Amino acid sequence: MLKVSTAPHFYSPVDTRSIMLNVIIALVPAGLAALVFFGLNALITMVTSVAGCVVMEYLVCRYWFKVPSTTSDLSAVITGLLLAYNLPCNMPVWMTLIGCFVAIVVAKMAFGGIGKNIFNPALVGRVFLFISFPIQMTTWLKPKIFDFLNVDASTSATTLTLLKHIDSSTSATMLSAKEGGLPQYWDMFIGNVGGSMGEVSAAALLLGLLWMLYKKVITWHIPFFYVGTFFMLNFIFWLSTDSQVFDPLTQILSGGLLLGAIFMATDYTTSPMSVKGKIFFAVGCGVLTFVIRNYSSYPEGVSFAILIMNAFVPLIDMTCHSRIFGTGKKQKEK
Amino acid sequence: MSKIKTFSKGGIHPQKYKITSDVPITDAGIPDMVVIPVRQHIGAPAKILVQKGDKVKVGTLIADADGVVSADVHSSVSGEVTKVEDAEAGSGYYEKMITIKVEGDEWEENIDRSPNVVREISASPEEIIEIVKQSGIVGMGGAGFPTPIKVDVPSGKKVDCLIINGIECEPYLTADDRLMQECAEQIVIGAKILNKALGIQNAIIAIDENKPKAIEAVQKITRSYVGVNVQVCATKYPQGAEKQLIAAVTGREVPPGCLPIDVHCVVQNAGTVFAVYEAVQKHKPLFERVVTVSGDAVNNPANFRVRIGTPASFLIAKVDPQQDVGKMIFGGPMMGTAAINKEAPVTKTTSGILLLKQTSVVDPVVSACIRCATCLDVCPQGLEPFAIANFVRNAEYQEAKKIHVLDCIECGCCSYSCPARIPLLDFCKLAKYEIRKKK
Repeated sequence: MLKVSTAPHFYSPVDTRSIMLNVIIALVPAGLAALVFFGLNALITMVTSVAGCVVMEYLVCRYWFKVPSTTSDLSAVITGLLLAYNLPCNMPVWMTLIGCFVAIVVAKMAFGGIGKNIFNPALVGRVFLFISFPIQMTTWLKPKIFDFLNVDASTSATTLTLLKHIDSSTSATMLSAKEGGLPQYWDMFIGNVGGSMGEVSAAALLLGLLWMLYKKVITWHIPFFYVGTFFMLNFIFWLSTDSQVFDPLTQILSGGLLLGAIFMATDYTTSPMSVKGKIFFAVGCGVLTFVIRNYSSYPEGVSFAILIMNAFVPLIDMTCHSRIFGTGKKQKEK
Repeated sequence: MSKIKTFSKGGIHPQKYKITSDVPITDAGIPDMVVIPVRQHIGAPAKILVQKGDKVKVGTLIADADGVVSADVHSSVSGEVTKVEDAEAGSGYYEKMITIKVEGDEWEENIDRSPNVVREISASPEEIIEIVKQSGIVGMGGAGFPTPIKVDVPSGKKVDCLIINGIECEPYLTADDRLMQECAEQIVIGAKILNKALGIQNAIIAIDENKPKAIEAVQKITRSYVGVNVQVCATKYPQGAEKQLIAAVTGREVPPGCLPIDVHCVVQNAGTVFAVYEAVQKHKPLFERVVTVSGDAVNNPANFRVRIGTPASFLIAKVDPQQDVGKMIFGGPMMGTAAINKEAPVTKTTSGILLLKQTSVVDPVVSACIRCATCLDVCPQGLEPFAIANFVRNAEYQEAKKIHVLDCIECGCCSYSCPARIPLLDFCKLAKYEIRKKK
């Protein structure tokens, strides 16, 4: 039997599943860093979150939508991992599951599933938990390298919380910061600081970025312009004030900025499609993160910044287009 | 050698499968019967000049161009016309075809069958255009646009660049590649003939990087021909598309709705130029061409010199096909047409016949768009296929027109690379069809 179909008659080996698999591979270094610094707790939270997201997507597909499950495209695994990376490692299991529910059922499936959600599911889950359980969401365990069970866990503040305290400066906190309260660049780079389990290690996140760029999963535009805008604003701010603690490098290495810029802002579904749009979106994220971190009562602004810019994506897509062949600037130069 | 050029935006790098680039062109022989469609080109079908029972020779005019956008059709064999009726073409559509029962191999007397290369161009520009017209030459790269129209520059238009398209960026196909390796000199002379007709002095033969032997062969010849140069282009699909080729070679972009002539360029396929040489220097009308018969379901892929009208089955029998053929394609895998009729004939535009295995033609499973923007990245025309698809799903064809769907060159890069396997090209084609219908 000969088949007939329209051209083209063969396809690129890249499909949705292989793209998602590459994102998961890119997330592995950050996961390993979390295991190294936070031990068993991190593992429990990650497994709970991934399992929660996958099972919930499966249930929604089969019993609500009554369609074949879409879990095989692996996007729920990514949502689960990203949600876990945005949580402190000692999050109670039931709270993590609530986060999964909000992320998958409310933020993703209720909009129609993969490709149709407006907001990044993992971020919606995180922000929901952050507002509902502020204590648990901001209690960070001090990282302990290779102490797998993390027995004598003590809590620690994140770099950003420290910055915030200094900002509302009483002389005492100023002092405590000066005496070694602020972590060193190297610790922040490898991840030996308090914080959400996936965001602490800049090195691991950058490895993931390199992998995704190498595999052409994402383009460099969003991470570069997001971090770049944020850096420039902080740099100007830092130069124009006499404070010694707001240096832009600390700002970039701390909190969820790299995790957000590399993995959350680049989410296909919730970011613009044209290159122009991506740049616009990333610059917007950078500005909002800067504003929220420095002028709001929240120490962290990445989640809110990305979610706010997510809402603008349809508008950006409507305005930003690529140049049609044979039109525009290039043509006039001739 | 000047630097390697390419077009700036979009494009893909599919697997090449150029398994026949070292297989010399051989004569496929003459089948018992040929079926010659009277429309093998863009435009009006040619007017049939023969009836059942007529005797024809190789090269006899059997159908006459009907109007400007049309082309003559010549007999490719000698024998007796047995049928003039509708038959199924490779496209699956029924076309008027002339069936000729082969008797011997008697050629028209004026055709020069000697193997020597005629270098002296004695015909005047007007004569060249007339010969090209009377030889039924059309664009042999696939589109089938009648060549005389392209060569006959309308008054008020200026041409300063002739580009010979030796790119052949479709996977599997090697017909032009082999032709350039084996008949480089004839192609270069063909370029000079077209130069003379166009009234210009220079021609650029564009060949892509993955044909080192063809580049070498043509460069060896161009050294002794002033004005003809080789331009190496990057191996990227769709480098061979007319607009993308002009952009690569000259840096000029053909504006939407315009023709190459508007940016002072004329592009001719290498096979077409060879046909021009044969027509002008050897008085041989276009009745045979080189066809690659290949694919992963073929044991002995080959390049054949084939008489127009030869049924596909005649060629397939010569390449030892495997049992599990799942698809037969006329043309390349990116833009070719899947056919089911193995008796469908080779036409002037058939650059290849591909047989693909059952296992390599599994129907794609379509899933939801994940907005990855791959279709935007690969579109060489700067379109947004996902947005066009969304408009077409809602039958909003005018909206699709506003976002330039009519500029689509149907290269298939979007459908090829969509990770969700959405048939984006089909949506674009549907939009173009609906918009043009309304006009």
